[in-house]
Order: sequence, then C-alpha cells, then structure tokens
Amino acid sequence: MLKTFKKGGVHPAENKLSADKAILKLPLTSKASILVSQHIGAPAKIIVNKGDVIKVGQLIAQSAGFVSTNIHSPFSGKVARIDTITDNSGYKKEAVIINVEGDEWLDTIDRSDTLVTENNLDAKEITDKILSAGIVGLGGATFPTHVKLMPPPGLKAEILLINGVECEPYLTSDHRLMLEKGEEILIGTKLIMKSLHVEKAVIGIEKNKPDAIKLLSELSKKYKNISICPLKVKYPQGGEKQLIKAITGYEVPSGALPVSIGAVVNNVGTAFAVYEAVMKNKPLFERVVTVTGQAIKEPSNFRVRLGTPVSELIEAAGGLPEDTARIISGGPMMGKAIASADVPITKGTSGILIISEKEGHRKPIGNCIRCGRCISVCPMGLEPYLLMALSEIKNWEHVESEKVMDCIECGSCSYTCPANRPLLDHIRFGKNKVSGIIRSRK
Amino acid sequence: MNKTLTIAPSPHIAQGDSVQKIMFRVIFALSPALIWSFIVFGLPAVYVTATSVLTCLIVEWLIQKLLLKTSPSIKDGSAILTGILLAMNVPSQVPVWIVVIGAIVAMGIGKMAFGGLGQNLFNPALTGRVFLLISFPVQMTSWPNISKTVVDAVTEATPLAIIKEGLKNGTPISELTQQIPGYSDMFFGNLSGSLGEVSAILLLLGFGYMLMRKVISWHIPVTVLGTIFIFTGILWLANPGQFMDPVFHILTGGAMLGAIFMATDMVTSPMTKKGQIIFSIGIGVITVCIRTWGAYPEGISFAILIMNAFTPLINNYIKPKRFGGN
Repeated sequence: MLKTFKKGGVHPAENKLSADKAILKLPLTSKASILVSQHIGAPAKIIVNKGDVIKVGQLIAQSAGFVSTNIHSPFSGKVARIDTITDNSGYKKEAVIINVEGDEWLDTIDRSDTLVTENNLDAKEITDKILSAGIVGLGGATFPTHVKLMPPPGLKAEILLINGVECEPYLTSDHRLMLEKGEEILIGTKLIMKSLHVEKAVIGIEKNKPDAIKLLSELSKKYKNISICPLKVKYPQGGEKQLIKAITGYEVPSGALPVSIGAVVNNVGTAFAVYEAVMKNKPLFERVVTVTGQAIKEPSNFRVRLGTPVSELIEAAGGLPEDTARIISGGPMMGKAIASADVPITKGTSGILIISEKEGHRKPIGNCIRCGRCISVCPMGLEPYLLMALSEIKNWEHVESEKVMDCIECGSCSYTCPANRPLLDHIRFGKNKVSGIIRSRK
Repeated sequence: MNKTLTIAPSPHIAQGDSVQKIMFRVIFALSPALIWSFIVFGLPAVYVTATSVLTCLIVEWLIQKLLLKTSPSIKDGSAILTGILLAMNVPSQVPVWIVVIGAIVAMGIGKMAFGGLGQNLFNPALTGRVFLLISFPVQMTSWPNISKTVVDAVTEATPLAIIKEGLKNGTPISELTQQIPGYSDMFFGNLSGSLGEVSAILLLLGFGYMLMRKVISWHIPVTVLGTIFIFTGILWLANPGQFMDPVFHILTGGAMLGAIFMATDMVTSPMTKKGQIIFSIGIGVITVCIRTWGAYPEGISFAILIMNAFTPLINNYIKPKRFGGN
C-alpha cells in the first residue's frame, strides 16, 4: 500500500490540464516591477537608484536580516523608478520598476546547458551561495531557504525530504520541472544534503505523476542515499507536516519546527534553484509558472522572469476567458485571488489559475448540520465548526485553546462543507487575532 | 484586461455537496424498507406516510413564514425525512389525526422551537414518536396481524411485546418462542410492527447505500447493534431460560431502524468518531435495560433521546486527536 498521511485530507478533482505541456520560455516583458518583499520575513533593502543601468542577475535589494533574502534583477535595462505597487495580497509594497532593454547578463553566470555535477565547496560555502542567491521555498510558502539550512542551536537535521507532491489541483510546474530537470534536481538535493550534513534524502511524489516517479527513480540510482517515495494522491500532502508524516511516520509536535524531529523539507523547485545558484552561479530571478483553468485556451507551463506582469502570462496562454470570475495566484485550494492582472510574478507564484463564474460561485450559507465532515477532513485534527463558531462570538481565549494556531489553512474544511459554510474565512480571522494576542504577551 | 475580478479568500473550489443532497440520499436509502411496508401493510401505511410528510412540510413552512419570518427551507428535504421517519415509527393502523399531532410535535417542538435545521437537541421524529407513545399508548401499540394472507383488523403483538408479557406472567422462554415468528421471517420482513420495523434486510440495504455514498460512517450503527448483541448475549449465556438470545434482540423492534436511521441523525449525534462510539454504546446499553427491566417492551427510542441529551457534553469533552498533540 502507498504511503500517505493518516489524518484527514480530501481528494479534489485533479484537473492537471497542463501536465503534458513542456516548459516554454516566455518572451521578455518591456516593463517589469520587482517587489522587494517576495518572501516571508523582512523586505529587502533597495540598493539601486533611479536611472541606474543594471544587468540580469545583479543584486538590486539586499537581505535585511536573518529571515530575509536578496533580490536580483531578472532583466537588464534602466531603473525607471522606485515606487509602491499593489502586490498579489492587495497591499501596497515597495518595488523597483525597470525599463527593460536587451538581455544582458552578468558575466559570472554560467548560461550554458552543460550539466555540472561536481564541485568542491564545503557545507558552509554552499549555504552562503544559497543565501546570497536569494533562494526561498518555491512551493509557495517563500520561506528563506538558508534559514532552514541553519537549524537553531541544539537541533540537528537527520533527513532531507524533497517535496515533489504538488497536491494542489491544476498546478503542474513541479511536475514538469521533475520531468525536464530531473538530474539537476537530484544534484540540488545532494547539495542541500551536504549543507545540512544529512546522510539521507527522500523525494516524495504523488502517484498521479507516474512518469516523474519512473524518471527520478531511474536517475536516482546514480546518487547514493537519495530515494524516491511514491505517495497516495491526497490533499494537502504537500503540506510540510503532512509530507513528513507520510514519509517518515513521525508527527511534528504542535508549535515546533520540523527540524525538532530531525526533518527538513524543501520543494523540488527549490532544489533546482539551489543547483542553479551553486553550480551555475545563477541567482533566483526566474521560475516555472503554470497558467491554467477550465476556460484557458492553452493551459501551459512557462519559465518566467520574476517581475513579469500576470497579464502577459495569461495572454501567452490564449487570453483571459470571457467568464473569468477570479484570477488566482497559486492553486485553487490555497492560492490568492488577485485584484488585477497587472501584479508581477514573484518567487512564490507557482501558478496562475483562472476560475470561472460557475466554479467560483459561493452558494448561500446554510445552517451547520453537525455532519462532522470538517472534523474528519482536517489534517491537523482540529474542529473547524467549533473554531468558526468561537471566532464569530469573538471568544479568542477559547479559539486559542482549541489550537487555532495549528491550522495550516489548507481549506479542506470549507471545501467539504455541505452547508457552504465559510469555515476557513472565520478561522483565519481567529488565527490573526490570536497571533496578535500571542505577540502582545511577549 | 478591464474585467471585474472577484476577490475572495481560498479555497476557490468546493466539493459541491449540499445538505439537500445528503437528505435525499438518506430518503433514498430508506425507500426500500418504506416500499416494503406499503406492500405488507397496504394503503393504511401509505396514508400514514403521506399525512406525516405533508404535515411536517406544512408545519415547517408555517412556522418559518409566520413566526420566524425567515425564508422557508422546506426544499432542503429535512422535513420530508422527518416525516418519513416518524411514519416508519408508528403502526399502520394508527388514526390519521394522531399522525398529524405527532408531526406537529416533531416539527414544532422537536425542531423549529430550537431554531430549525441543525439547532435541535433531540431527534425530531423520535420526539414526535415518543410524545405519541406516551399520549396514545393503546393506538400506538396495536399492530395489524399480518401472519394471515389477508391483512385484517385483528391486532397482533410484536415479538418483543409477546416476550415481555410472557416473562411477566411466568411463561417459560421455550414456550414463548413458539408464539413469535422465526428469525428468517424477521430478517426478510414477515412480522408485525411499526412501518419501519418489518424488514431488517431492506434497512441493511439502505445502510450499505449510505456507507457507499459516504452519507454516514459505520461507527454508530455497528456500535449500537454490537452493544445490544453483546449485552443481550451476556444475559442470554448467563440464563437462557430467562433471557432471549442476542439475534432476536437485534432483529426485532426498532433496533435496526433506530441504529441505522435514527441514531445517525447528524444534528443530534456527536461529531467525532470517538464521541459517536461512546454515544452508541450508551444507546445500546439503555435499550437493553429498558427491554429487559423497563416498563416498555421496546426502548431504543428512549435510549436515543436520552443519549441525544448527552451529545453536547460528548462534543465538549471528546476531542479529535490533534496532529502533533500529546
């Protein structure tokens, strides 16, 4: 029997419309907006000025702390201005606006396709390269990768898990990357293992990607201590804690870091970025983005420079369909609905999903019939119906004691509720309030 | 791109199930047993069912329209389900006006007084049924005699009542078993009782369907029947001359109907699987106690209502196992 996590989970229609579409290079945009906050943590500090001539790969904003990271220019040209623009959460954020001219790269970057398999950097040097290349978790969480590679004192990583699950419906960027850059991902995995001083790595892939499982299993024979673990298809298996449970059988204790039980998880996209940063000297300034949706003419996977407006990706996939209700940055379960197609692609954009009127329409909210489905699908063992009820009456103390902070916001509860109750909306609200209360205690 | 976009929090898709679909799946699961009761009891059973369903719909509609001033929700199917369940819990000979009273109590007091769907503490159909049982004990315990080929007006006691009465009068079990139908008759639905008590196999068929469509899980029905089986089994092994065997107990009376369709009512049963098992053990134990030592021959209706009262308490104390918890 295939491995999976035990508690909860749902299985939405997979809709991997773009699974067979090879990754295409998107033509360069003319005007790019590079947000300085594309990661979790402090926004990077801008180090260029209006009028500066910059090259592809040049550092334009510097990491502003331990949990922060560098931002490099994905384009060459002139800095048009420093401005605030709307990001995909709808907040005004600082960005470097670039008038793109030509495509001139820094000389230090190895642009060839040659596979580099060996180098003689030690663990510290690898971590430094990852840090300076501005690599963050590319699965969508955008947590700076170097932080994961430097566990707090007293904690030691024992196993590296590489997340090739891609449990969100529709998204195929990780799937395509595994098929087209399998070897690079394995080298990247080896580099992360070395940086962490771990002897064992497992790549978890759901069974709905048999081609990726086959290819990586074949390729991994050459690599000592890297194995492939096929997993049963179940959402949210790509969640860090669920993946650790599925592969190792251990549960990360409530409120603790995965490394407290010796596990570190990185996405396949991150492993590829690590390969490029360490072996090719290429900072993180492009990524693979799936553009998809039921009404999209040509669901596609694009290799996109960060800072490209979302609208250009949609155009390249056949244009915005007539009955579009929402444009989602990410997948249908956890992605964000964006306010305008002008927002730029960032490090965390794994997909652009077009949701139609019909798909996205929220039905009227009914009374809770206490069917208990929200409880049985919650992968964290919470009681969503109760958290919603307590949030509605603003009983924050009780919301906290019912473990609201354990919620991973996977959306399984809202997805499954037969009475169309917006459980996660209220739980998120409660979670925000409670985290504010926790902060004020310190 | 000047389209107006909707901003909404995730998730952006839904499974598409609805309360209405769940209710109609339960009704569909009940239909084989209901149709069989029409065949066995004839037109009176149809009248009872139609009256019950219609009254439930009208009462809910009137209360929402006139008292609560909310938009009527009779389309969600829950009133129809309550109506059918109430009908399945009364004998076919019961006068229609009594059915009307039962339906008014079920919907008015059992459900709407608490605020409507999802708010009620007690199973509405059982509230109505027990009200009738206490108010009209004679009519509620007169079952038509179906052992003859033609249904006539002569009434017949249910197997549980025969045993209860017999044991009270000191008749030995071996003699009493001569008077009750065989187990295969009970299983296939050849015995007297309320509409929904006659065919174990058709109720089990409905259970299978509900499991397949994931309307309910196995926990409540299996635990209720299992508890009744084990408890009566212990009594029977201890003294076969004084107690009936466990197979008899799960095949007779409302055990099947109660365990599969009444105790599983989502609104009034606990929400966690662990809670559901505690709830079901309680139902099983109380049922056997009433059947064996209580005043009534059958006790599952009371048992379910009593455990309904414990449901909020169980929900409060029995939590799911938290991920990463101690």
